[in-house]
Amino acid sequence: MTRETALNTVLMALLLGVPLWAWVSDEPFTITLATRAVIFALAAVGLNIALGLGGLVSFGHAVYFGIGGYAMGILAFHAQTYTPLMEWPLAIPGTKLMPVIWLVAMAVSGLVALAIGLLSLRTSGVYFIMITLAFGQMFYFFSISWPAYGGEDGLSIYIRNSFPGLNTLDPIQFFGICFVILCLVLWLNVRIVNAPFGLALNAARQVPQRVETVGLDPFRIRLTALVISGMICGLAGALFADLNRFVSPTMFSWQMSGELIVFIILGGLGRVFGPVAGATIFVVLEHALGGVSDYFLFFFGLLLLGVVLFARGGLYGLALGRADR
Amino acid sequence: MTLLAISDVTAHYGASQALFGVDLTVAEGEVVALMGRNGMGKSTTVRAICRMVTCSGSMTFAGRDLNGLSSHQVARLGIGLVPEGRRAFRDLTVQENLAAVARPGPWDFDKVVELFPRLRERAQQRAGSLSGGEQQMLVIGRALITNPRLLVLDEATEGLAPILRQEIWSSIGTLKRETGLSILVIDKSLKELRGICDRATILERGRSVWFGRIEDLDAETSQRYLGV
Repeated sequence: MTRETALNTVLMALLLGVPLWAWVSDEPFTITLATRAVIFALAAVGLNIALGLGGLVSFGHAVYFGIGGYAMGILAFHAQTYTPLMEWPLAIPGTKLMPVIWLVAMAVSGLVALAIGLLSLRTSGVYFIMITLAFGQMFYFFSISWPAYGGEDGLSIYIRNSFPGLNTLDPIQFFGICFVILCLVLWLNVRIVNAPFGLALNAARQVPQRVETVGLDPFRIRLTALVISGMICGLAGALFADLNRFVSPTMFSWQMSGELIVFIILGGLGRVFGPVAGATIFVVLEHALGGVSDYFLFFFGLLLLGVVLFARGGLYGLALGRADR
Repeated sequence: MTLLAISDVTAHYGASQALFGVDLTVAEGEVVALMGRNGMGKSTTVRAICRMVTCSGSMTFAGRDLNGLSSHQVARLGIGLVPEGRRAFRDLTVQENLAAVARPGPWDFDKVVELFPRLRERAQQRAGSLSGGEQQMLVIGRALITNPRLLVLDEATEGLAPILRQEIWSSIGTLKRETGLSILVIDKSLKELRGICDRATILERGRSVWFGRIEDLDAETSQRYLGV
């Protein structure tokens, strides 16, 4: 077992062990915190496919997170008010079924990522960052001015959506769903990293022109990565909205996009489990420091500054040393 | 059968013109040298074929018009480029470099390491940590594993130790004898080129000025255009 594998195992064991302990000692709030960490980790793992592996600094991944949230919100809203989602040409009702909501969230996020990618991937560097940010803001302001679904106030869902065979209102069961999804996505991510597609994406990040001379189309490879990345963030968004039973334009905000990037940098850019570490530490500090000081983000900023200056590979890089990949 | 045929090709870098009319053909199974002194347009010709520079003129490969295609489309038609200056994907291992670009055909990982046994020993090592010669072998292997119909070698032995040059030339010889792969080769070593090439084209100031069988290249022509 390499040191990185060992660290991954410890991290995942903690992420699973703490809520289990909280369940036994009847502390549902801790379970909710852990669920929050797992969902943020999921979104950051999604972004990491574009950012860490593909080198695409997307400053607009909140778009997909928000789309996932609103997919859940809108479907559940129609189900709880017994109004149809659409009457013509097809009569489509809302739904409270999680698997259906997830599929819709991923499909819509994927399509939007495809459209955004087709436009934004023609640029690179600072322009790419700005254009993705602009798309993010477009969605943010659109959601604010969409009164049908709550506008600025957002949408509340009274009862958490259901999953066949499970009681999702029980915190530990909902945590279990999120944790299993995170594990599946991490497994998928490892497969992608080692597959020819992931290697090509990695190579395209290093020397874009050279991959063309060996017959790879960097545009198409990056577009695929962006779509996969967006779909994972969409799924995370749907779960996040379900955790809070609430969705609002905040999910589309640029701060959200920024936080996702921070999770990755904090944990370790380009490492599959890095974002999991980053998101977990963020949630733990948010809770621990948030109780001590109103200036939590100030201290968090100091930590981030330290990481960026002194631990370029993030906390994973710090723990494993530079030589280790 | 003619595999690659380009005629009257011109190319520009911004406002400055680099090629003024290059003609070149490579037949199936043939090894052709592209010769000329520094700055005469050899690499630019290769870049024009691979669509990496603004160019015009007639260019066909296996009956397909190359005009209007992008670099990766040209590569997919079967032109495997070994670019100047050894550009392996440094952060990937040797095996990953090959796996990232592999396309179906007779060339696979085993065949590449059979041709370059040094790469077998280094399979799990990152390309960035290889020696110059090993990186060059990897880049040739990377071009081969895309299963090209034409291999283009742009200064493949430049700046390498004599023993490594020898090794690479002998591998190219093996390629020619055993696979019948068409090869377009740019190199400064006339001796090595004479040993392996069927035909040659000489460029002078961005124009084709001589072409023929390499054994017909006489001392006067060679002195005049190549300075040797």
